[in-house]
Amino acid sequence: MNETILQLNCPLPITDYPQILLAHGGGGTLMHELLDKMILPTLQGVAGGLPGSTLSLPEAPHDAALLILGNGRVAMTTDSFVVQPLFFPGGDIGELAVYGTVNDLAMSGALPLYLSVGLILEEGLPMETLWRVLQSMRRAADSVNVRIVTGDTKVVQRGKGDGIFINTAGIGLVPDGVHIHAQRIQPGDSILVNGDLGRHGLAIMIQREGLRMESALTSDAAPLHELVHSLLNNGIEVHCLRDLTRGGLSSALNEIAQGSGLTLQISEADIPISSAVRSACELLGLDPLQVACEGRCVAFIPADQADAALACWQQHPLGRPARRIGTVLQNPTSRTPRVHLRTPFGVERVLDMLSGEQLPRIC
Amino acid sequence: MKYLDEYRDAALVRKVADELQRITTQPHTLMEVCGGQTHTIVRFGLDQLLPPAVELIHGPGCPVCVTPIEIIDQAIDLASRPEITFCSFGDMLRVPGSQRDLLSVKAAGGHVQMVYSPLDAVRLAREQPERQVIFFAVGFETTAPVNALAVRQAAQLGLDNFSLLVSHVLVPPAIEALLNSPDCRVQGFLAAGHVCTIMGCEEYQPLAEKFRVPIVVTGFEPLDILQGVLMAVRQREQGRSEVENQYTRSVRDEGNRAAQDLIRDVFEVVPRRWRGIGDIPRSGLGLTPAYRNYDAVHKFTLNTEQVAENSGECISGLILLGQKKPHECPAFGTRCTPQRPLGAPMVSSEGACAAYYRYRM
Repeated sequence: MNETILQLNCPLPITDYPQILLAHGGGGTLMHELLDKMILPTLQGVAGGLPGSTLSLPEAPHDAALLILGNGRVAMTTDSFVVQPLFFPGGDIGELAVYGTVNDLAMSGALPLYLSVGLILEEGLPMETLWRVLQSMRRAADSVNVRIVTGDTKVVQRGKGDGIFINTAGIGLVPDGVHIHAQRIQPGDSILVNGDLGRHGLAIMIQREGLRMESALTSDAAPLHELVHSLLNNGIEVHCLRDLTRGGLSSALNEIAQGSGLTLQISEADIPISSAVRSACELLGLDPLQVACEGRCVAFIPADQADAALACWQQHPLGRPARRIGTVLQNPTSRTPRVHLRTPFGVERVLDMLSGEQLPRIC
Repeated sequence: MKYLDEYRDAALVRKVADELQRITTQPHTLMEVCGGQTHTIVRFGLDQLLPPAVELIHGPGCPVCVTPIEIIDQAIDLASRPEITFCSFGDMLRVPGSQRDLLSVKAAGGHVQMVYSPLDAVRLAREQPERQVIFFAVGFETTAPVNALAVRQAAQLGLDNFSLLVSHVLVPPAIEALLNSPDCRVQGFLAAGHVCTIMGCEEYQPLAEKFRVPIVVTGFEPLDILQGVLMAVRQREQGRSEVENQYTRSVRDEGNRAAQDLIRDVFEVVPRRWRGIGDIPRSGLGLTPAYRNYDAVHKFTLNTEQVAENSGECISGLILLGQKKPHECPAFGTRCTPQRPLGAPMVSSEGACAAYYRYRM
């Protein structure tokens, strides 16, 4: 056994929880601690790769890595899908597995090209269910014009999986001149969101927990690459993009504040949230700004191009409700970069990241 | 959204804040009792709209925060037993006992089930007759009726595999204990609207008279809270100390008699220890002898000894008494965070320290 790894195991860097909790996967502070203390220091930056090639790992966390291969810049990403139920209002795990990875690529400005698919199937899974999921993946891949080029299938014993787990990895080409990451954000930039928040997370939760709510909530799962390319094709200077997945808007903005070293100021009254989502969140004691989406992203755009960017988005079916929700501010030195939320009453508070799992309140 | 937007109207909020400025001529120190109100105040920044002379102290009304550590330890003990399915509301799962929390028990293979209603736990008991199902019955008078209903339902169904681990607390005895403290700075209260929806306003009358403090039964939306503050300040400015009802859309003077009957049938008043405060006589609910078979403490062998809090650093008592604000604690935000709380008010999102951490850091 490699000595370095032994040292890393003893003492265990995270001593507070000797076992993995669900909350470690919630997209909040606990997950970031796991990444920062254990996963990234161990796995990142090991030697290897094509001689003469450069690997541009963004300093700020980003959903895709940028590889310089020959004259091209290739974005590469991977994502795993463990959603329950497998079929939910507005989507299913197959479609999600395609769109999720396509979106991670799109957020670096890349044109998504190829996907790999790893299927982990549980013994006893009805063949009909697998068939439906595969059909859905195929439809999704066709609709976004990516090719599934390689894959793997494993079966685990009954009780050792949850029906289907899917991993997809994707690569795409980043066009010349496109540089999208948190460090490009400038004070004064406008912050845009392409639609209303929280529908995916709530649609899943209502079905998974068997909450008998009369709700027509459907997931917002959708591919975002066309929205990104409509900005780029119209000459908009896109500084940064981030899709809002686990942890919702608050996790995404906090990650970006840390990555850019700047303060983000958003206005609560300008954030689009449907009344169905607001009602369900009120009932369950959840914060809609921390609920997951699967077809929503934020864009950081120079203020003088924000109107043009909004107009671009609003012409697309996935960007019709797009809004400008805030502005980037200079961060006073010595202060930790934070996200400030202006309430409708004109006072400001901090918008913090979810700490672990979203847990409904008692009262 | 109807019934919410009206109470979050920025122009109306501004109007009440202006009126408050106009009538305030002297310092007023008020306590909002309920953690839900604390959450609204900090989330919407309402305290920043108050005149500087009006100070809000964040009270002990967060059931998650005040559940004593030995009962959390009992919950963890029960949840770790293979034959038991332990059901709880979501935010109790993260509360640290002396060694660990219920989420860790779940990660280690314990049957810990998050439910949205105790009646879901009764349903589980019915569906799984081979397992013992326990519901963690915490909360104030607000959640007591539905917990009582769950016990009644289990009795009617003849279920012998359902029980409650009870840690119910009552608001008026806690207010009295605070007012009896020699260091108490509180000059008026916003009482918790949900509690009074069940119990009514009558039991607050003797407190207002004895201690000469205004008590305003208040709702949970921004406009409710500012209006509650306005009513309490107005009383003090006019030299009155009465029980008033701001939350008239939900609270009747006599409360909900049917719910009260249910509580009285299933529960009796018992002494209770409050985490961060101490023992308060007649401040809790326990199951009556007739329903003892549904009491997990009676049914299973459990350690009932008091456990010393291992954090000498936590100043939760001072915070709940209004002697200190959360950010004045040296451990706040450094050694004490929602991920690693040292004490009660950092635990739940409704605790004062957690609310400050989340919205103020």
